[in-house]
Amino acid sequence: MNWLLDLTPDEWNAVRLSIKVATVAMIASLPPGILLALLLARGRFWGKTLLNGLVHLPLILPPVVTGYLLLLTFGRRGPAGVFLAEHFGIVFSFRWTGAALACGVMGFPLMVRAIRLSIEAVDRRIEAAAGTLGANPLWVFVTITLPLILPGLIAGAILSFAKAMGEFGATITFVSNIPNETQTLPSAIYTFTQVPGGDEGALRLTLISIAISMVALIASEVLARRVGRRMDIE
Amino acid sequence: MTLSVDIRHRFGDFAVEARFESAGRLTALFGPSGSGKSTLINLIAGLIRPDKGRIDVDGRVLVDTEARIFVPMHKRRIGMVFQDARLFPHMSVAGNLRYGRWFTPSSERYAKMDAVVELLGIAHLLDRRPAKLSGGEKQRVAIGRALLASPKLLLMDEPLASLDEARKAEILPYIERLRDETKIPIVYVSHSVAEVARLASDVVVLSQGKVAAAGPTEEIMQRLDLLPAEERGEGGAVLDAKVLRHDEAFGMTVLGSPAGEIRVPKLAMAAGAPVRIRIRARDVMIATERPAGLSALNILAGTITAVRPGIGPTVEIAIDCNGAIVLARITEQSKHTLRLALGQQVFAVIKTVSFDSATTGAGLPSEADG
Repeated sequence: MNWLLDLTPDEWNAVRLSIKVATVAMIASLPPGILLALLLARGRFWGKTLLNGLVHLPLILPPVVTGYLLLLTFGRRGPAGVFLAEHFGIVFSFRWTGAALACGVMGFPLMVRAIRLSIEAVDRRIEAAAGTLGANPLWVFVTITLPLILPGLIAGAILSFAKAMGEFGATITFVSNIPNETQTLPSAIYTFTQVPGGDEGALRLTLISIAISMVALIASEVLARRVGRRMDIE
Repeated sequence: MTLSVDIRHRFGDFAVEARFESAGRLTALFGPSGSGKSTLINLIAGLIRPDKGRIDVDGRVLVDTEARIFVPMHKRRIGMVFQDARLFPHMSVAGNLRYGRWFTPSSERYAKMDAVVELLGIAHLLDRRPAKLSGGEKQRVAIGRALLASPKLLLMDEPLASLDEARKAEILPYIERLRDETKIPIVYVSHSVAEVARLASDVVVLSQGKVAAAGPTEEIMQRLDLLPAEERGEGGAVLDAKVLRHDEAFGMTVLGSPAGEIRVPKLAMAAGAPVRIRIRARDVMIATERPAGLSALNILAGTITAVRPGIGPTVEIAIDCNGAIVLARITEQSKHTLRLALGQQVFAVIKTVSFDSATTGAGLPSEADG
């Protein structure tokens, strides 16, 4: 057992970095995820199908393509990259933030899908009842809609986190594979498989990766069940 | 309170074109399903935006399409009780009740939690989740939730329609208390003659999206032609009476009404309590002389004031008994045989057992089963 937890500093860094990247990707995706899910579930506007397609694009495209597009847009010379660096001092290329962006984008369709489904399941007549009691649309959303879609929100967040933990193609294309900066668990495993004698390290990180994913999944199950019980919807 | 509505609205093939005013304590919007009454109440609540028209409550304009006024529902301060309760599933009963208070300016909060909880008999439910309530309990909580937002007008959209008879009987007394003990004007949508006759002070009859008639309940309930076909048998006179005494030996209650004493099956009410009774026109017999040797206990003397053709081979005869009108529905043949005519002195005969809980109402349920 000892060899499993006896990680080298670089391996530890990969584990820590992966968790950090996945957490940031998940949290940062939530607000735009909820907004887009709302738009897609309830909006009636021209180009809705197109928007839906765009949101789902990262699911269908090869991850390398998504990574390359991110590089073109958010890279050092990409228009969005230049703008963000000049005005906000946010740099994505070859930084862990870039890894988080790549992971967030890859997990985004999964998150939006889960939230959208739960929004569509909300009984709008209950929201109307809140309106007649004096709540304006924003309050209705905060006090009625949001609590009712909480299970979907949790599911979407966990899916996004899990996707981020396993993301490889887009990340390595966009921000490369720099130890301590952009080398997440999958990149580290990949590196181990490329060097002689790296089997043991690869196996260790693989097992850790499985463990983290399982814990996240079980946590979401428990959380969702607890929320569901509290809600008691017939 | 005066509610004035003048609205035109259409969706698909259906059009509502209604104009009425009401100042009653409880105004019933009455008509068969598909007559537009729910649409109308949704327009008043602000859930639907009308194509054209104007709605105002006590001079406050809520909708005026010409002046481009449309007050959104959350600013109307109009409470609504839906047919399907629509409680918030993620909040306890207490949370549901408190919800509207949040959004009411404190200077305009007149409803008190304790008083409303007591009025509706829901104190024992406060900690429960809506999913754990019976249909009747849900509806009482929904009424309380609407009341605690301190509305200026309370709308009730068929609040009893999805409940069975026992649950209806459980809630009706609470709505009566609401009508009599609070000052909130109520607009009540229903397709049931029994509910309207018992609760309403005024009735607006709707038919195919239009107002067919409007007026005080006593008058409208006598217009059998206005009632939907399946409810026609329920139509008749509505009398405001009072419990005079109970006849324990025979299990009866004697009521004092303008038309005279009326004996009904025993009511669970104290002497002096007001009771509104409905005498179905089909339950009334007519005699030209005071009958003797007859089992029926209620014999009211009066004068024929109207003879109208009824539905099928029947006639409707209005008898003025001491100022109160009792309506009788009899066959053409009986009218012919008895040679009934306007101004004639006759006797209206009503069996005591023809009264039931639907026509006399029942007292409040005791605390134990409330």
